[in-house]
Amino acid sequence: MPVANPSVQVIEALRGLASYPLRAALTALGIVIGVAAVITVLSVGEGARQRVIEQIQSLGGNLLLVTPGSARTGAVQLGAGSRQTLTTGDADAIRRDIPGLLAVAPSVFQRLQVVRGNRNWQTTVQGITPDYLEAREWAVTAGRPLSALDQLRSAKVALIGSTVAERLFAGEHAVGEIIRIGDTPFSVVGVLALKGQSSAGSDQDDKVMIPLSTATVRVLGTGRSELGGLRYVMVKVDRVERLGEVEAQLAAMLRQRHGLRPDQPDDFSVRNLAEVQAQREEASGVLTFWLGAVASVSLVVGAVSVMNIMLVAVAERTREIGLRLAVGARRRDILWQFLTEALLLALLGGAAGVALGVLLSLSIARWGGLPVEIGPLALLLSLGAAAAAGLCAGVLPALKAARLTPIEALRSE
Amino acid sequence: MSWSASRAPEGAVPDAVEPIILARGLRKDYRVGGRPVPALKGVSLTVEPGELVAVMGPSGSGKSTLLHLLGCLDRPSAGEYRFQGRSVAGLGDNALARVRNRHIGFVFQSFNLLPRTTALENAALPLLYAGVASRERRDRAEAALARVGLGDRLHHRASTLSGGEQQRVAIARGLVNDPTLILADEPTGALDSATGREILTLLESLNAAGITVLIVTHDPAVAGRARRLIRVLDGKVASDEPSAPPPDLGSSQSTEVPVAGGQP
Repeated sequence: MPVANPSVQVIEALRGLASYPLRAALTALGIVIGVAAVITVLSVGEGARQRVIEQIQSLGGNLLLVTPGSARTGAVQLGAGSRQTLTTGDADAIRRDIPGLLAVAPSVFQRLQVVRGNRNWQTTVQGITPDYLEAREWAVTAGRPLSALDQLRSAKVALIGSTVAERLFAGEHAVGEIIRIGDTPFSVVGVLALKGQSSAGSDQDDKVMIPLSTATVRVLGTGRSELGGLRYVMVKVDRVERLGEVEAQLAAMLRQRHGLRPDQPDDFSVRNLAEVQAQREEASGVLTFWLGAVASVSLVVGAVSVMNIMLVAVAERTREIGLRLAVGARRRDILWQFLTEALLLALLGGAAGVALGVLLSLSIARWGGLPVEIGPLALLLSLGAAAAAGLCAGVLPALKAARLTPIEALRSE
Repeated sequence: MSWSASRAPEGAVPDAVEPIILARGLRKDYRVGGRPVPALKGVSLTVEPGELVAVMGPSGSGKSTLLHLLGCLDRPSAGEYRFQGRSVAGLGDNALARVRNRHIGFVFQSFNLLPRTTALENAALPLLYAGVASRERRDRAEAALARVGLGDRLHHRASTLSGGEQQRVAIARGLVNDPTLILADEPTGALDSATGREILTLLESLNAAGITVLIVTHDPAVAGRARRLIRVLDGKVASDEPSAPPPDLGSSQSTEVPVAGGQP
């Protein structure tokens, strides 16, 4: 028995669709919007995930962050950094007593006005030790990094981030030039490599780095009671599996140094940065999943409208079905005709939806400022979902059409 | 199955072959509100190859039901129907579809063309379901359209053609599979009388070329042009006799043949 071949089915289905072009287009619109929504959500979600991954990489690996505070006074939970309980002495002790650390980087920072000639710019001035650049795996593109000697001498030297370089030097050569931080002149010895946005969304390149000793003595917190207090100590561990062990050692040591009794809470906190970031990545993945699920609801709505329009088409074309049966179409020919029609409608809508979704994603990337990553998987997935929706929506109407007998079909008006 | 084995070659002497239609005691009941209502109450008739037969009867007489059974669109409730010598009773839906596809051409009162589709594609429709390749479909549909005098209208959409042209396309569609039997259900019912006469002339010429033609009608002028007239009344064959040649061929003004319950 010959089966009407697939290309014939496609031609007949196209002919069917062409007999109600406006309704077909309006129906396909549901699928178009559904597919476009899914693609856009997945692209933005994937973009966010990629950015988090980049941030994890930009942070540097195997890092523990020790911050002061988080002291609990009665029932009141004070935020991290609420008390100056972390000192350079603590940092020295960590470096001295805990083995297997690649870097121990105590740091302070403050927002200050930085001036060069007639330009000025408010930026974050951070006091660091050479370990900091190592911990963050942060390179210098021009000039040299800060040295142990700078630290020892409390030298008035500075590394500037690329944003600061742009603001103060506008592309001119910066190394060797003098900038003023507050009232103190500093010599620029190097320009930092581009790092991009931090996970908190701040510009990591909007920064000036000076030796920690210089910062505490000459620039930051002068005349303030918190003098000598560190904002954090970043600790780089040699192997990822030692992170937990080092975390425990740090806590025990700091409790001892701070003279805390067993019933007293920590006056510092130790966080595993990669873990925090991984949680963030996971959260953004979960968010993307649910947004995608919501977006695919519109695909379901699209499928329902395809089913609706196919039911109308079957009802309207009952005589045509009767004629086809009379001239020799078998039930399965009729079944496939309407299934193919529904599938084609959904696929055409899906293809338009892919185009619209890509366009929307690119627009969001261009004008919305969000990172967007259009993956081929998302395109295939949403197109496949559209096809599946079309098939599901076509089954009922097609069965209805195929169940007609030639006589009752021919008799209908 | 090989239906074509019993098929009469064109121009062969009809007596030597099996009848196209052999019906014995055909009954058909429809269920209306749960109880059976008889539409045919035992119809027996034989049609030999090459005949031109008219079936007349008032509406509700069962003539349409008879046409459906003879055209393998439906199965009888009781009785035997042999089409070209083979019993149709045991055939499934697909086998019946194949018989319709290969051996029977249908012509309807309302043409039943696909309106946005060209004459050529309409005429080729049965070939789609016969699994014929695209070029052969086109060639055969072209030939069929040429045969009905529409060789110059191949690419006109059906909806742009006149009523007579549409019915010609429908006849070409009926012809395209080279059938042994053409079943025409009120083929002139939707046409003016002049166009109707042209369509009848066309059907006569096809009959002359060897195709058996059975026309269902309630128009005596149409019936008068057949060589045999079967009257159906109340689900039974009321009369079956050679048709008297009409006194004035081609005139639709011919006198009403009195038919019980007939339509005006």
